Amino acid sequence: MCNSAVTGDVLELPGPPDDLALESDAILQPDAEEAKAQSLLSGVDPRLRIICSFVFAAAVVALDRLLPLAVAVAIAVVAVLAAGLRPRRLRQVLGALDGSMLLVVVSLPFTTPGRPFLAVMGYGASLDGFSRAVEIALKANAVALMALALLGSSELPEIGHAMGRLGIPPKLTHLLLMTVRYIEVLGREYRRLRTAMSIRGFRMRFSVHTWRSLGWLFGMLFARSIDRAERISAAMRCRGFNGEFPILAEFAYTRRDGVFLGVGGGALALIVAARLAGA
Amino acid sequence: MTQDAPLFRLTGLSFAYGSGRPVLDGLDFELRPGERVALTGSNGSGKTTLFHLMMGLDRPQRGVIEAFGAPRATEADFFEVRARAGLLFQDSDDQLFSPTVIEDVAFGPLNFGKSTKQARAIATETLSALGLAALASRATHKLSGGQRRLVALATVLAMNPDALLLDEPSAGLDEPNVARLIAILDHLPQARIVISHDADFLARTTTRRCRLDRGRIA
Repeated sequence: MCNSAVTGDVLELPGPPDDLALESDAILQPDAEEAKAQSLLSGVDPRLRIICSFVFAAAVVALDRLLPLAVAVAIAVVAVLAAGLRPRRLRQVLGALDGSMLLVVVSLPFTTPGRPFLAVMGYGASLDGFSRAVEIALKANAVALMALALLGSSELPEIGHAMGRLGIPPKLTHLLLMTVRYIEVLGREYRRLRTAMSIRGFRMRFSVHTWRSLGWLFGMLFARSIDRAERISAAMRCRGFNGEFPILAEFAYTRRDGVFLGVGGGALALIVAARLAGA
Repeated sequence: MTQDAPLFRLTGLSFAYGSGRPVLDGLDFELRPGERVALTGSNGSGKTTLFHLMMGLDRPQRGVIEAFGAPRATEADFFEVRARAGLLFQDSDDQLFSPTVIEDVAFGPLNFGKSTKQARAIATETLSALGLAALASRATHKLSGGQRRLVALATVLAMNPDALLLDEPSAGLDEPNVARLIAILDHLPQARIVISHDADFLARTTTRRCRLDRGRIA
């Protein structure tokens, strides 16, 4: 009975009790949303996805002409189609991004000096400013679309593991993985507190009472998060945590990755060609 | 260590949070191999605190903790204790912090020196033994409450402990999940201490009853 816990390789446990109907058990049915959609990009090594999205972003940021930028956006759109992303998710991200881009497109022509092409209430909008704004919007969209296509189509934990395997500092990797794990728990806690406020008649108004109550709400969330962090840390110590976060996932490059790299290289060459053609 | 020597022997244990009133006050307790102990007591009577002291998460102000045949006082002492005693937390969200189920179950074995391959084998084996093999690649934050509790139990069992400290294992579970948990516990040979307010659950999973009252086992 008192054998050391770490001597046996495999735990000796009795088989699952017979009275538990395991196959038909609802507890084991995967969620519908868990079912992974197959796409042209599925199966591509997540390490390669991270590297390629960084290379693409670096290339796009360095561009300064509209033609190669348009080519880059087109390539990113093709990548998004190949990744088979859910249209709703795409709309959400692009909506948030292009909402803020709209501000740039509207304000930059008025604040950049140059030949005016339009005057509003005596203020001239410069063509230089407009083309600069379009350039920024195209860059942002190209990078965001590509990141969505390459990184958004795999599960975040997988990206976290790949970051770890790529030698990215463990603190960053752990931060990402812990955030993925606990953001929903925090969200649940927030919703519970918010419900508790609502059922006692709390409504958002522009009043001191509202601001104070929201202050308490977030204060409470912080306090609870600290408590939870301590409990998690205790749970980790109970299982022998000593600062090292072992990564179980193993990756191996396959032929599919070779094909992906080839297509990616071609896309990059296309952007460079468009840049040279316009020079 | 002989077969019947206690796994845990607590003598004169006293503990208070900060300068508050003592939660435990000269507590004596023993857990022997194979024993199934129910630990009851009112809210705030120090049941969870006792578990934390036994695992070395807090240190007593007075008294001696002997575990697995040796007195334990330092973090290094308790590292060994944690390899041999498994604590199941009240809130499984605290216990499951890895991105996926299989990683969480393999976490303990990896920390105690198993290779990746061995840890994966242990994790797979443990999940299968509990009938949870289908959950292996699921994200821990997407599990239901019942699934979370059973996977948390798997993370503890994967370390092949000699003693189990179960803190309200049935709390928040629906009837089928409680039945499932009882069936699993029924098959486990480890000595155990179960904290619960559910008399029926205690009757079905334990054989000896201890009540914590005014800082001592009554």
